[in-house]
Amino acid sequence: MEVTYLGVIIKAILILAIISAIAGFGTYIERKVLAFMQRRLGPMHVGLYGLLQIAADGIKLFTKEDFIPQNANKFIFMLAPIITAATAFIALSAVPVFPDFTIFGVFVPSIAADVNIGILFVLGMMAAGLYGPLLAGMSQANKWGLLGAARTAAQFISYEVVTGLSLLAPIMMVGSLSLIDFNHYNETHPWMVFMQPLAFVLFLIAGFAETNRTPFDLLENEAEIIAGYATEYSGMRWGMFFIGEYANMITVAVLASIIFLGGYTDLWFIPGWLAIILKIAFMFFLMLWVRASWPHVRPDQFMWLAWKVLMPLAVINVVITGIVIMV
Amino acid sequence: MITFAFYLFAVLITGLFLVTVMSKNVLYAMTSLAAGMVLISGLFFILGADFLGVVQLIVYVGAVMAVYAFAMMFFDLSRDVKERHDNPWLIFLLGGGIALTLVVMFAAPIMGEAVHALYPPEEGATNPQAVGLVLFTKYLLPFEVASVMLLVAMIAGIILAGKKMEISLSAMDEDILPDTKENA
Repeated sequence: MEVTYLGVIIKAILILAIISAIAGFGTYIERKVLAFMQRRLGPMHVGLYGLLQIAADGIKLFTKEDFIPQNANKFIFMLAPIITAATAFIALSAVPVFPDFTIFGVFVPSIAADVNIGILFVLGMMAAGLYGPLLAGMSQANKWGLLGAARTAAQFISYEVVTGLSLLAPIMMVGSLSLIDFNHYNETHPWMVFMQPLAFVLFLIAGFAETNRTPFDLLENEAEIIAGYATEYSGMRWGMFFIGEYANMITVAVLASIIFLGGYTDLWFIPGWLAIILKIAFMFFLMLWVRASWPHVRPDQFMWLAWKVLMPLAVINVVITGIVIMV
Repeated sequence: MITFAFYLFAVLITGLFLVTVMSKNVLYAMTSLAAGMVLISGLFFILGADFLGVVQLIVYVGAVMAVYAFAMMFFDLSRDVKERHDNPWLIFLLGGGIALTLVVMFAAPIMGEAVHALYPPEEGATNPQAVGLVLFTKYLLPFEVASVMLLVAMIAGIILAGKKMEISLSAMDEDILPDTKENA
């Protein structure tokens, strides 16, 4: 298990490059999937089947005027999108995606930072990600932004509780916080989703809330609060919020695949690396599917859901799991 | 490498917390406090206490600071805070005195070289396991007392905040809300 500094740096750069590219491509896929669900064509004009739409969007974002409102706190205003993007990428550094492999005779563990409390680190980093929207909303001297920031704080704090508690039951069964141990557990047991279906559903719902996806995108619900925390942002600063959001979606998809869906173990004739890519792609598709299917929820319904339904269910799930393990 | 990382973190944390204390801008103070909390978890990671480091991240950065931020939303953030100092020397002496006492308190055992772990971690136990072992054996009573205190605080919070919990304002018709009209 030789871990070299060079290897870590290469992996960090690879994560950055690949995830940013996927985040860009994700916008295209999202539009196409939404269009398909709504019987439209989606982007068609730029390139073959609109494939170059990403390039057009990128040029637009980069060349747009970088606007900072007059009364805004300039430094914090500029810092906020960077926080969102950075925390999303840091969270990905502790997530294993592929099985370990050997390339050019060098053994490569497929994780940038193998901390033995992997899950908690990822959750903690995603929790720190709330400062992006929060500071953005508070610094821009805009009432809609402030409302978005208030909703950020409420939503993230509430749903972190649900994420943590829902993952507690699988953690108790595996007896470890390392994502690699989770993967090994799935090799010898049936997939976690069959043993902890409730935890899986709770984790999914909370994951949607923490990545700010559509049924729960109250932070920037355009029908109620213009664009929430992103009201005053334009150009690449706005783009960075969305790179962060897509990176977080991928993180949640990877976490769900590894913890609940068997991770990168070989599945029948499918090799492990392909299996996990398919799982992640399915989870990503699921997020778009849900976005196309469900309307926004009202903020008070949303808080009601977190504290009166999901959290008690998660606690009951933990208690029952504990009793079953003990007996 | 570890020494370098420690001094880097130490300087950054001290600098950030100085900004928190000195700055008159709420946003700067809050942001630097949160950033300092993140870097403190770095210190835990250097010491190999991964679990505590992540707890620091989740509890202080994710929850406590976000609640501070909630409170800060009641202020006009684009303006500097006017602080009222009736007696700056008193504040200086009290603050400095408390800081000095704390430093002496924590440094005293190190100076006397009398620091040794009373409950060294079990061989082969991972980080969370080591914390759990100590927590549920030696420190069980303080742990339970703390949990009861938190429960009391939680119930008190619910009672204070939840006086009209059954009534949902957004589900009401506007004409049965006389209070809001009077206030507006």
